[in-house]
Amino acid sequence: MAQDSYTEFVNTGLGKKITKALGLPQPAKLRRYRPDAPVIHGPVVLLGSTEASDILARHLLGWGLDVRRHIGPKEKVAAVVALFDSVATPAQLSDTVLAVGGLLKQLKSSARVITVFRDPAHTEDPAVRAARKGVEGLTRSLAHEMRAGGTANGIMLHEELDIASPSVAGALRFLLSGRSAFVSGQFITVDSVNGALPDDWAAPLEGQVAVVTGAARGIGAAIARTLHRDGARVVVVDIPAAGEQLAAVANEVAGTALQLDITDDDAGEQILDHAEQYYGRLDIVVHNAGITRDKLLANMDSSRWDSVIAVNIESQLRMNRALLNSELFNRPEGTVGPRIVSLASTSGIAGNRGQSNYAASKAGVMGMVSASSSQLQARHGTINAVAPGFIETEMTAKMPFATREVARRLNSLNQGGRPEDVAETIAYLASPAAAGTSGLTLRVCGQNLVGA
Amino acid sequence: MAETPRDAVIIGGNRIPFARAHGAYAKSSNQDMLTSALNGLIARYGLQGKQLGAVAGGAVLKHSKNFNLVRESALGTPLDPKTPAYDVQMACATGTEAIGSLANKIKLGQIDSAIGGGVDSISDAPIVVSDELRGILMEATRAKTAGQRLKALAKIRPGHLAPKAPGTGEPRTGLSMGEHMAVTANKWGITREEQDELAVASHRNLASAYESGFFNDLISPFTGLSADNNMRADSSIEKLAKLSPVFGKDLGGNATITAANSTPLTDGASAVLLGSEEWADAHDLPKLANFVDYEQGAVDFVDGAEGLLMAPTYAAARMLKRNNLTFEDFEYFEIHEAFASTVLAQMKAWESEDFCRDVLGLDKPLGSIDRSKLNVNGSSLAAGHPFAATGGRIVATLAKLLHGKPGKLGFISVCAAGGQGITAIIEGR
Repeated sequence: MAQDSYTEFVNTGLGKKITKALGLPQPAKLRRYRPDAPVIHGPVVLLGSTEASDILARHLLGWGLDVRRHIGPKEKVAAVVALFDSVATPAQLSDTVLAVGGLLKQLKSSARVITVFRDPAHTEDPAVRAARKGVEGLTRSLAHEMRAGGTANGIMLHEELDIASPSVAGALRFLLSGRSAFVSGQFITVDSVNGALPDDWAAPLEGQVAVVTGAARGIGAAIARTLHRDGARVVVVDIPAAGEQLAAVANEVAGTALQLDITDDDAGEQILDHAEQYYGRLDIVVHNAGITRDKLLANMDSSRWDSVIAVNIESQLRMNRALLNSELFNRPEGTVGPRIVSLASTSGIAGNRGQSNYAASKAGVMGMVSASSSQLQARHGTINAVAPGFIETEMTAKMPFATREVARRLNSLNQGGRPEDVAETIAYLASPAAAGTSGLTLRVCGQNLVGA
Repeated sequence: MAETPRDAVIIGGNRIPFARAHGAYAKSSNQDMLTSALNGLIARYGLQGKQLGAVAGGAVLKHSKNFNLVRESALGTPLDPKTPAYDVQMACATGTEAIGSLANKIKLGQIDSAIGGGVDSISDAPIVVSDELRGILMEATRAKTAGQRLKALAKIRPGHLAPKAPGTGEPRTGLSMGEHMAVTANKWGITREEQDELAVASHRNLASAYESGFFNDLISPFTGLSADNNMRADSSIEKLAKLSPVFGKDLGGNATITAANSTPLTDGASAVLLGSEEWADAHDLPKLANFVDYEQGAVDFVDGAEGLLMAPTYAAARMLKRNNLTFEDFEYFEIHEAFASTVLAQMKAWESEDFCRDVLGLDKPLGSIDRSKLNVNGSSLAAGHPFAATGGRIVATLAKLLHGKPGKLGFISVCAAGGQGITAIIEGR
């Protein structure tokens, strides 16, 4: 993994003095998830509509958190949860927004601001939609204004959804925790009452079987480790030529290695056969495998274009067809259904010079995810995508120094994310506590300035 | 077939790609390679933390420091360290002997699970000092006074300092294996053309097996090498015909053995997972085939009564008789290609009425082997032959070939230095 020595320097006493004096970016050391640590350290302040906040407060208290409706001007604040679920006009935003603003100077490092509101697309009333879109705008702006590793994100509820639905609590916990360290300026949609909160939050995937493609190194290996840590048994998949590293990952996570080219016509069937043979079940598939073959479109040849499309999106479409045709990927009624998480990319959202093939494939992933959602929901399952921004990997370590240094700072957290940050978001989306969220592409980019 | 208390099931295998000596694995030791083959097997079958009945295997060429090679290798894997491991050595039949004896323990109920295999490195061969120098050094060690020690050490002469590398020559005849084989090939009238044809078939079969993905769950790469680097997919009879013989030169025009129809010196490692049916089921593991039976053979090659590499011919006759089988009962034949002529001479012997009656004591010849059933996914001429690793390669390949063909049989023949060899029977399931 690439070393971000600037961030290390800023976080020394002398480094802080020098870089502040020069007006340079101030990347903070982000709070990251540890299973044995509290969800968040310090008071969580609930603002806005009382009915909804009573429901969320019960969850927060159940997690052992210090929940407040009011807080003294001298006290430090770990998180603010602002409820806008009943706003009907933009003018109604004022009280809660200004109350949030009054607390910003009291925030601890790696603090959280979380807005909760109803989906603007679900109303035809101009004033109501204007108010809800207003929450989106203020949340994104607030994410830019956060300091010291803090983030601001929103939970966007379906019009009819009961706020007591498990996936609302699941999203709230994810956003408060260190799992969302590199997620900022984003919105998690919760559309259904599906889902279940785990008995043991340290092992939300206990008893489940997950497949991770492209797992021999980098983000894929981090996903395998994270799913294993969360209690899943993991099948790691990669091409035969990556078998030595793949075996090392499999042995580290006490899983099984499946050497397989995902572009094989029967890749999905091979995965299903393996899961059936070794585990007798399959709950989670993470389509992580992907390649880049960068070239300006003017210089693009068919092998570069076609191989990227074949590996990054056509293979996923084919494997998903096999998965959805399989009884193994069906869950009994009344349980949490199968979950698919695909790797998209901010390149697929914003486009990127020299990456027309990659961007087409990754935008394709987002299209596939949103269009497949109804099929998965019919099985009480979900399909979502995660779009990483600049992540410190072997691949980005090979970028030229200046390009890498600029790319790192071009987001609200002023640093690159880690493979673990992507993995944490995937593990959350794969968990029963996120079963009410489907068809979403969630960015893990520190609110990257491109494609916002 | 012979009744046994319970089946020994072949669950799967893993090997690292085989590499021509002093090439891709020049910097790797036997222990590095065997550990990697074991790690790949453990990863494929999820054996982390499991306590197995035994791990057995060995190397033909090994350093004296590797007295516990297999145990040391197993300790470098995520297997439960309470898994016993031990070394076996029977020249080129080391891997097959390890697997066969482990299968017997499983059949007898002594153990429920095991890994058998082997490794060899020509690139990391143990080079030792001469016997003379060693004698002097030992004398110096035994010396009680400085004077005695000096007196001993003063005996060292420049000639003593030349290091000794292990050779493939037979200690009792001084002849290399190739020279022995040249005599046998000539005796059985094996032509150059037949040998070259067999070599080409081996390369093409191996290449098409790779192409079809057959090895995806049998091989995991090592130090960046992902396929056997001796393999020549474009091998042809015409190209091979251009080579000059390298063995049997004193036979003049009858010399037929070239570098291409002999196996190259090779580095590599392999491992095969075995278990009882109950153990495989309890761990949700696949059951590719049963290891049915095996037989060791040895011949008197020293005075030239029989060819050095012909022992499997004898073992096969006894093994088939014991199991009441004929060649017609077999779906596939895996005959280790030490030399192309080894395979051809064994097959000629089994076809020969005189040899089968007079030497093997059979009523009729064992018969001919259909070439379309022989080494169908390539063998040692193409893959290479890291001595002790060959058995694991063959057993895993044949077990996978027979998987999904319940009751169909596969035949294995492996010749070995010292005039020995092993044959074995595998049954698909």
